Amino acid sequence: MSELKIYNFMGLRRIALVFSSVLLLVSAASLFSQGLVLGLDFSGGTQIEVGYDKPVDVAKLRVQLKQSGFDDPVVVHFGSESEVLIRMQGEPDQGLAERLYSVLKINGEEIDLRRVDFVGPQIGEELRDKGGLGMLIALAVVMLYVAIRFQFKFSVGAVLALVHDVVITLGIFSIARLEFDLTVLAAVLAVVGYSLNDTIVVSDRIRENFRKIRKASSVEVINESLSQTLWRTINTSMTTMLVLLALFLFGGELIHNFAIALMIGVGIGTYSSIYVAATVMLAMNVDREDLIETEEGELVDDLP
Amino acid sequence: MPNKFPLWKNLMILVVVAFAFTYAAPNLYPPDPALQLSGQSSAMKIDQAVLGKVEKALGEAQIDYFAGEADGETALIRLVDSNLQMRAKEVVQAEMGGEYIVALNLAPTTPQWLSDLGGAPMKLGLDLSGGVHFLLEVDLDSALATRLEGDLQEVKSSLREEKIRYRSFELKGQQIIGRFRNQQQVEQAESLIRANFRDLQPQNRQGQNPLVLVLQLSDIAKGQIEDNAIKQNLTSLRNRVNELGVSEPLVSRQGKNRIVVELPGVQDTAEAKRIIGKTANLEFRLEAEGRIGEVFEFRDGRGLDAKLETSPVITGENVTDARSSYDENGRPQVNITLDTKGGWQMGHSTRDNIGRRLGVLFIEYKTKLEKSLAENGDMVITPVPFVEKHIISLATVQSQLGKSFRITGIDSQRESSELALLLRAGALAAPMYIVEERTIGPSLGADNIQLGVKSVSIGMTMVLLFMILVYRGFGVVANVALSMNLLLLVGCMSLLGATLTLPGIAGIVLTVGMAVDANVLIFSRIREELASGASVQGAISAGYDRAFVSILDANITTLIVAVILFLIGSGPVQGFAVTLSIGILTSMFTSIVLTRGLVNAIVGGRKVDKLWI
Repeated sequence: MSELKIYNFMGLRRIALVFSSVLLLVSAASLFSQGLVLGLDFSGGTQIEVGYDKPVDVAKLRVQLKQSGFDDPVVVHFGSESEVLIRMQGEPDQGLAERLYSVLKINGEEIDLRRVDFVGPQIGEELRDKGGLGMLIALAVVMLYVAIRFQFKFSVGAVLALVHDVVITLGIFSIARLEFDLTVLAAVLAVVGYSLNDTIVVSDRIRENFRKIRKASSVEVINESLSQTLWRTINTSMTTMLVLLALFLFGGELIHNFAIALMIGVGIGTYSSIYVAATVMLAMNVDREDLIETEEGELVDDLP
Repeated sequence: MPNKFPLWKNLMILVVVAFAFTYAAPNLYPPDPALQLSGQSSAMKIDQAVLGKVEKALGEAQIDYFAGEADGETALIRLVDSNLQMRAKEVVQAEMGGEYIVALNLAPTTPQWLSDLGGAPMKLGLDLSGGVHFLLEVDLDSALATRLEGDLQEVKSSLREEKIRYRSFELKGQQIIGRFRNQQQVEQAESLIRANFRDLQPQNRQGQNPLVLVLQLSDIAKGQIEDNAIKQNLTSLRNRVNELGVSEPLVSRQGKNRIVVELPGVQDTAEAKRIIGKTANLEFRLEAEGRIGEVFEFRDGRGLDAKLETSPVITGENVTDARSSYDENGRPQVNITLDTKGGWQMGHSTRDNIGRRLGVLFIEYKTKLEKSLAENGDMVITPVPFVEKHIISLATVQSQLGKSFRITGIDSQRESSELALLLRAGALAAPMYIVEERTIGPSLGADNIQLGVKSVSIGMTMVLLFMILVYRGFGVVANVALSMNLLLLVGCMSLLGATLTLPGIAGIVLTVGMAVDANVLIFSRIREELASGASVQGAISAGYDRAFVSILDANITTLIVAVILFLIGSGPVQGFAVTLSIGILTSMFTSIVLTRGLVNAIVGGRKVDKLWI
């Protein structure tokens, strides 16, 4: 095997900074202006999923439901042409699902009640609070752990990389108007875990190289570390992407958005572990001095 | 560097592998569809004779069954065809009658030696098995209000007994407010209350009108009332759930004022909701004589109404049981049992009122939506609870009633069992509201399992192929570790009794993708060491050692995130967190220890010129 090629990653860090900033700004703008499309878990309301034995026309169903006195029902295909999801937002009415079902049955068709969800508004609100709180706690604990195991500058880099990934993943969900439900929240937290994993591995190598290579600038050390871990980063992202693709294609409608969130997150996370964490560390002037305090003193007896 | 594991390490690997195989194995045996038979009361004996009757009925209906077992309390009959499970239930219920509860069940087919070792298949979450999930919120304020109302009456009557005069006594929010004419009366009343009503605390605030006495429940008393209310509601919910005949129901408290109910495998969800969702209370009131009274309609909507007295004799809290049965002449009736206090009050009130009619008022708590404008001009939708009161029974008192009595003159058996059900349903300490309901139909559950298995196997296959393409010989080693990891994960989850959900399966898939990371790290290191000119054995050893720190740090931080996810999540998300956490731990073992063992066994201690990596 030949000598490892060192890529000048950090030479591109200004371009990466612009790229990240644009993505972050667009994400934040979309999140502030139009927010997320909250799923039933967070918004509260009633939804039912029914299965027909042949494809159905959702427009007709919508008209039928409206004529039966349901305000503004959202009727969409779910997974296939013969499965339909009907949602009534923000209506904590316990009998609603049954009434919907009985109206659908009027035509005398064979229908299968597959799922009913009713979530009260207070539950959705609590979940929103808990989700946000959980995210903050996760970031704080991670920051603390990295600060103890590594060094403060590393932990700032790691946490900013995580915030970067989370904001952009949420931003893409907001821009694409994809539904944000409980499984997506779980996916976003898993993205935090994944991206962190990546960042830690890279940081670990940077730490090691700072200790090992004495005569090199910080930029050179970081470039070498990133190049050394590049294949590992790519290979791990590949295997994870492969299973996510399997989930996306074969996992069914219920975890469709879960898989999308993770795919976005893993993609962004791979990029951020190369560019965001390291760039932040450089911006904070990380160098050998930050890491040698843990090194043991050494005396060499040079007498014959 | 010989790269040899000591004997104990190799043995440990073997033990863990054997453990994984043993405890993952029960999942290979799909459970049989079955019927479970139990009695309405624990006194009923379910023995071979009962079982014989059931088997005969099934035989007549031409439903194939394997064998029945009866242990005195329950009987389990395994069926051959799951499509006939519902019909078998109907047949058996018709044969055995309402005295028995017939439930659909899944009987494990785990071989005896495996279950002796504690092996059992993984439990399936509601999204995989189908079923109903309810989250109910107990209205604790209402329980406190009921208690304060009672205290208010008692305070008034004891003040009258002691001839302490007052201008007025009333309930205001969670406070009892008494007004007096002079200071002496206030002091007398206060000392009486301090002596006799420990739970009520007189509040002395600065600047308060000296002729006003403000009473509040002490925090301890409040806590007790709330705890009792939740406990009583839990008990009555459990009783109601038992009526449904579900094999493994879950009824438990969640947080301060919520109760979660999960009924796996329930197919008739409307029925479940009808019984669970009965958030109701009862009041027994005498029919009003004269003008003072409230008019209520009958619940069955026959258009009749009746005027009842304004204060109840007893409430649903005092009802401990209600059952439908038949009288001496074979006509339907309902037997009611009250608690001691309720029995005494009932006796006291009916003694002088023989010949008058006693009505039972059924009170339902429902929620409706109201739209209003908030201060900032936004439209806000707030759920507003409201109450519906209807008469469910109006019967003439024939004699003085005590702790147990019966209501006769009911037209049909259907009506009597409905009345008994409502009476039991009303025996709640505090009203409850459904705040979340999720129903998963059995077909969706089955689909979810199928989708999950499919995506795990496809994802797994792709990762296995990728690893062989990229790392060749070492890829095979990593693949053995990956497969073992899956087995170990399933084994651990089965042994821990963790519940498998659809997001849980997603967690497994994700673990499969991420578990190879450790091996990728190690192998990349070995390649690097080889590239920088290390010997084969040295490269292996250094590769494992150097990668270890990275793997540990990376996994610990991911574990932290998974634990937080578990703490904030609920139901399915917790399932995801559990599989992710267990997966991280098992993958650390398989990808570091197991692969090292394999690599050592293959190339360790030997002279190898080139590594196939």
